[in-house]
Amino acid sequence: MENMINLTIDNRPVSVPKGTTVLDAAAGIGINIPALCHIDLKGTCVKNSPASCRICVVEIEGRRNLAPSCATQCMEGMVVKTNSARVVRARKTVAELILSDHPNDCLTCPKCNDCELQKLVTRFNIREMPFKGEQSTRKKEVTAAITRNMDKCILCRRCESVCNNVQTVGVLGAVRRGFDTTIAPTFDKDFKDTDCTYCGQCVAVCPTGALTERDNTDRLLDDLCNPDKVVVAQPAPAVRVALGEEFGLEPGTIVTGKLATALRYLGFDYVFDTDFGADLTIMEEGAEILHRLKAFLGGDKSVKLPIMTSCCPAWVNFYEHNYPDLLEYPSSAKSPAQMFGAIAKTFWAQKMGIPREKLVVVSVMPCLAKKYECERDEFSVDGNPDVDYSISTRELARLIKRSNIDFRSLPDTDFDKPMGESSGAAAIFGATGGVMEAALRTVYEVYTGKTLPRLEFQDVRGLDGIKEATIDLAGFPLKVCVAHTLGNARILMDKLREGSLDYHVVEVMACPGGCIGGAGQPYHHGNVEILKARSRAIYREDEGKPIRKSHENPDIQKLYKDFLGEPLSERSEKLLHTRYFDKSIK
Amino acid sequence: MKITSADALESIRREAAAALSVREKSNESASDLACGLDKGTPHMQILCCGGTGCKASESAKIVENFRTSLAQHGIDGKVEVLVPGCFGFCEKGPIVKIIPDNTFYTSVRPDDVEEIVTSHIIGGERVERLLYQDPGTGAHISDSKHMNFYRKQLRIALRNCGFIDPENILEYIARDGYKALADSLRRDSLEVLADVKASGLRGRGGAGFPTGVKWEIARKFDAPDKYVVCNADEGDPGAFMDRSIMEGDPNSVIEAMMICGYCINAHHGLIYIRAEYPLAVHRLQVAIAQAREYGLLGKDILGSGFDFDIEIRYGAGAFVCGEETALIHSMEGKRGEPTLKPPFPAEAGYMGRPTNVNNVETLANVPVILTKGPAWFASIGTEKSKGTKVFALAGKINNVGLIEVPMGTTLREIIYDIGGGVKGGKKFKAVQTGGPSGGCLTEKHLDIPIDYESLAAAGSMMGSGGMIVMDEDDCMVSVAKFFLEFTVDESCGKCTPCRIGNRRMLEILTRITEGRGTMEDLDKLENLAKVIKDTALCGLGQTSPNPVLSTLANFRDEYEEHVRDHVCRAHKCKALLTYSIDPVLCKGCSLCARNCPAEAIVGEVRKPFVINPEKCIRCGMCLSRCKFGAISVI
Repeated sequence: MENMINLTIDNRPVSVPKGTTVLDAAAGIGINIPALCHIDLKGTCVKNSPASCRICVVEIEGRRNLAPSCATQCMEGMVVKTNSARVVRARKTVAELILSDHPNDCLTCPKCNDCELQKLVTRFNIREMPFKGEQSTRKKEVTAAITRNMDKCILCRRCESVCNNVQTVGVLGAVRRGFDTTIAPTFDKDFKDTDCTYCGQCVAVCPTGALTERDNTDRLLDDLCNPDKVVVAQPAPAVRVALGEEFGLEPGTIVTGKLATALRYLGFDYVFDTDFGADLTIMEEGAEILHRLKAFLGGDKSVKLPIMTSCCPAWVNFYEHNYPDLLEYPSSAKSPAQMFGAIAKTFWAQKMGIPREKLVVVSVMPCLAKKYECERDEFSVDGNPDVDYSISTRELARLIKRSNIDFRSLPDTDFDKPMGESSGAAAIFGATGGVMEAALRTVYEVYTGKTLPRLEFQDVRGLDGIKEATIDLAGFPLKVCVAHTLGNARILMDKLREGSLDYHVVEVMACPGGCIGGAGQPYHHGNVEILKARSRAIYREDEGKPIRKSHENPDIQKLYKDFLGEPLSERSEKLLHTRYFDKSIK
Repeated sequence: MKITSADALESIRREAAAALSVREKSNESASDLACGLDKGTPHMQILCCGGTGCKASESAKIVENFRTSLAQHGIDGKVEVLVPGCFGFCEKGPIVKIIPDNTFYTSVRPDDVEEIVTSHIIGGERVERLLYQDPGTGAHISDSKHMNFYRKQLRIALRNCGFIDPENILEYIARDGYKALADSLRRDSLEVLADVKASGLRGRGGAGFPTGVKWEIARKFDAPDKYVVCNADEGDPGAFMDRSIMEGDPNSVIEAMMICGYCINAHHGLIYIRAEYPLAVHRLQVAIAQAREYGLLGKDILGSGFDFDIEIRYGAGAFVCGEETALIHSMEGKRGEPTLKPPFPAEAGYMGRPTNVNNVETLANVPVILTKGPAWFASIGTEKSKGTKVFALAGKINNVGLIEVPMGTTLREIIYDIGGGVKGGKKFKAVQTGGPSGGCLTEKHLDIPIDYESLAAAGSMMGSGGMIVMDEDDCMVSVAKFFLEFTVDESCGKCTPCRIGNRRMLEILTRITEGRGTMEDLDKLENLAKVIKDTALCGLGQTSPNPVLSTLANFRDEYEEHVRDHVCRAHKCKALLTYSIDPVLCKGCSLCARNCPAEAIVGEVRKPFVINPEKCIRCGMCLSRCKFGAISVI
């Protein structure tokens, strides 16, 4: 066949398309060459192959030196050995060198049992440290969302690739050289003094314990044990399709019922659902879309279009830092988690007679930027935040294990009422395109007054970086666009700045695949099938719901009736909407 | 002023050559008799070395003194002072050459100027004491052609260095400068490329890749923008081949880049030069400006329709930026780090465009290859290594300097004939070629003909042409440590073997030089060195273990002495030295004790003193102060 390359790997013939790397060709025939710096989340733009760690080296006949299989393309007639004595020895020595500049405090490392370096040590049968010498002492920092312990950094450069190439945030890069090299912001600045959006994708790809989440589990345990506190949980849509992985369940297993039970067993007083907040977001954002659309169609030239979603806190940080001139475009709607907090600490707290200071609202998120979002001044009343703090999916899993709960054998339970009721539209917030689809389901019906013939908007689903669709709104072609990763968002924003972005509604999520690929989720270790399985689970969750449109959620309808009035009412504006700030670094 | 055709260039060349003829004649056939104005010589020239080395020895002041003196004597109309590039004989700098009798004055100082002017320029009598004295015969030699240092040299890349005024493009043109370009532009570019290929020229920057083949590959890739890059990021410690060429003959580099551009269909040239070479930068700037002024750079060069221009880019001196991919990234404003090849720059280089990178010395050979023909060039050298190679000869050698010899010359010829042997009559121990990427060769390698293959087979490499001679006083473990310190400093930090591996090797070497090494360390060192060589990402990492591997191969006994006996036979490793006082010879004067900064020496006056080895910091102060030779070191 044309464009096919024939080669031999470990004496086994293999035929691969031109451009395939030796690593991938080997994997195709069941030869798993160990790799460390390399990551390739296929089908997304997350990729790092600097060929720098030299763990994946192989012997290629006729070449003087060993070659990095992750970055070496197959060539016709190539004869590759992945397990010769020369290769095995060299690989082990390289791993030993990495260990010689690593703290090796695995027992107390947050990445223990999830560390790619640790796995290699086991695999290579390393039983001693032959190279002892000076160790790097690098920066340690706990930021709003991310913990950096750069002594554990092995300079794989994955975080740098993600920060620069995928997210185009450009905060992380190699600083200094040789043995003194470190990955850091310019001039070793603290994250808070940079353009960091706290998207956390650096954490999501870090193979070791150098970059991890800021851990809030002890804080939460203290609150759960405190009899004076009423602790409320709100898990995000993407958590329930990923949490099971931490307990050995297949990726894509839906554990919504077990999640609710686990939260109860942990001692949460009320177990609600961020999905409720998501439905509320659709009500407000949908109304805003309709409002701007109607103004636009009515000839108002000053109306800002496209309207852009604002659920993703890293995306919010991104435009506040990079596009302060375009702050009027994003919807003013708060994120679902913050809407939830605002309602929990007003309407619900009043109804239950719980004083604000006794109430602790904890969000369980696939996200690390949510930790930062909780700390934003505008999301608190007299210093008391609407959402007290956020823990990630991984932190929740750790807490469950620590609290002696056998997750897999848990019975299913429902979320508490009233803020536990949600629609299928809310469930799909967890995948890229989900907010758009949820909004379209409501906007279509409200605008046209007709029932949607088909609820699924396939054009906005899937892992393509930028997706677009045109929806017939009773004769008006509504042009929408969905982007995930901030690099794709930048493409759109630059067009907007130029005046050439021809859409009415745009959804942006910072993480690849949307929240299912969030930085707080169980580590995917470069396996895109995990993200795809989570995504499929999200849509299964939607299909299984009796109510699949936000505006049909009865508890949402009741909330408007009893408390908010209507979307964009004065009270809604006050509690559920926010404003944005120029955070560009001058 | 623009030269718009090859014919116009030729008529300018003829004019310029006439002006240069006195110097040419003087170089070729000067008589032993000195000239002088009083003897009827109508016109004289004083060439005063303007290379960086001589400048550091006040050659600028010498030039100034000449100009003042000539004016005071009222002869400045008859005598011209010129500042060419490096003559190469740096050991004897600053060099002053007098034309037309071709007198070669050495080690000239600013206050020697008046004497040269009065006795030689005016009186026609050479200043004997400033002439080179043959160390063997003791005879004074006035013409450099008769000096051993120059006799075995063949200057092709350095053909104009120390001869023409590098800031005057006409002098370059006078010596067939831009003729190769003019001829090339009238030929099919494929033919020109074929000539370069047929000459057998190989990259002089280190790896020795055939230049013509490199051009051929770059030619194959089509793109709207293509680039010709001159790699002038010379970084080997002690090496200054490229600097001298740029300082002494910048136009040769420019002309070659244009020819390369013509052959590979590129119209942009970039010279990546380290900013620490201010004089070379200045000379290049002047040359580029003059070439533009004469229409030799720019649009429609010599009426051929071919456009080419050159920009200078500055490097910050990182050694790794001499590696072509790192160099390209540095030019792009990125971190100077190498990336995996393929893709080679020929396919995706500067800004992702096809780019051809050649080193300065390589380029300097190109114009002369085309004017004299590939067969002429291919007749020089060995079977696989054609032409000449420039070396920076340094270390424990009598004639330190820049030399150019045909490939195939032996190390012995370079060290003993050209270099004048080991300094101070000491015993030769080793010669390090190829800088930090090369290896240490020994007595047994002295007779191998130098070329790319033979040096590699001997465990070293050609590299860019550093050559450091070592004698019995050099400790080979310390030498390996010195080069490794350099590579550890210069590692970009990208790949594990180079970043951590070299560091660990250095730590082991440090242990050995401090007497803390074990025999196991030697094996560990060797194994680690081999793995680094086998797994590092770029040329820097892959070659960085060479100094260790070659010294281990050739001087393992010295390593073992350090480890087993705690002895450094060259007395270089301080921690291994033991100072002691001979009680018989000691007169008990207490001078040593009074001068010891560590209070390590005790004793009673008029009785033998003793050194406490625990307190001794091995500074050697006692040894230098003792008047009775009572203190020794082992």
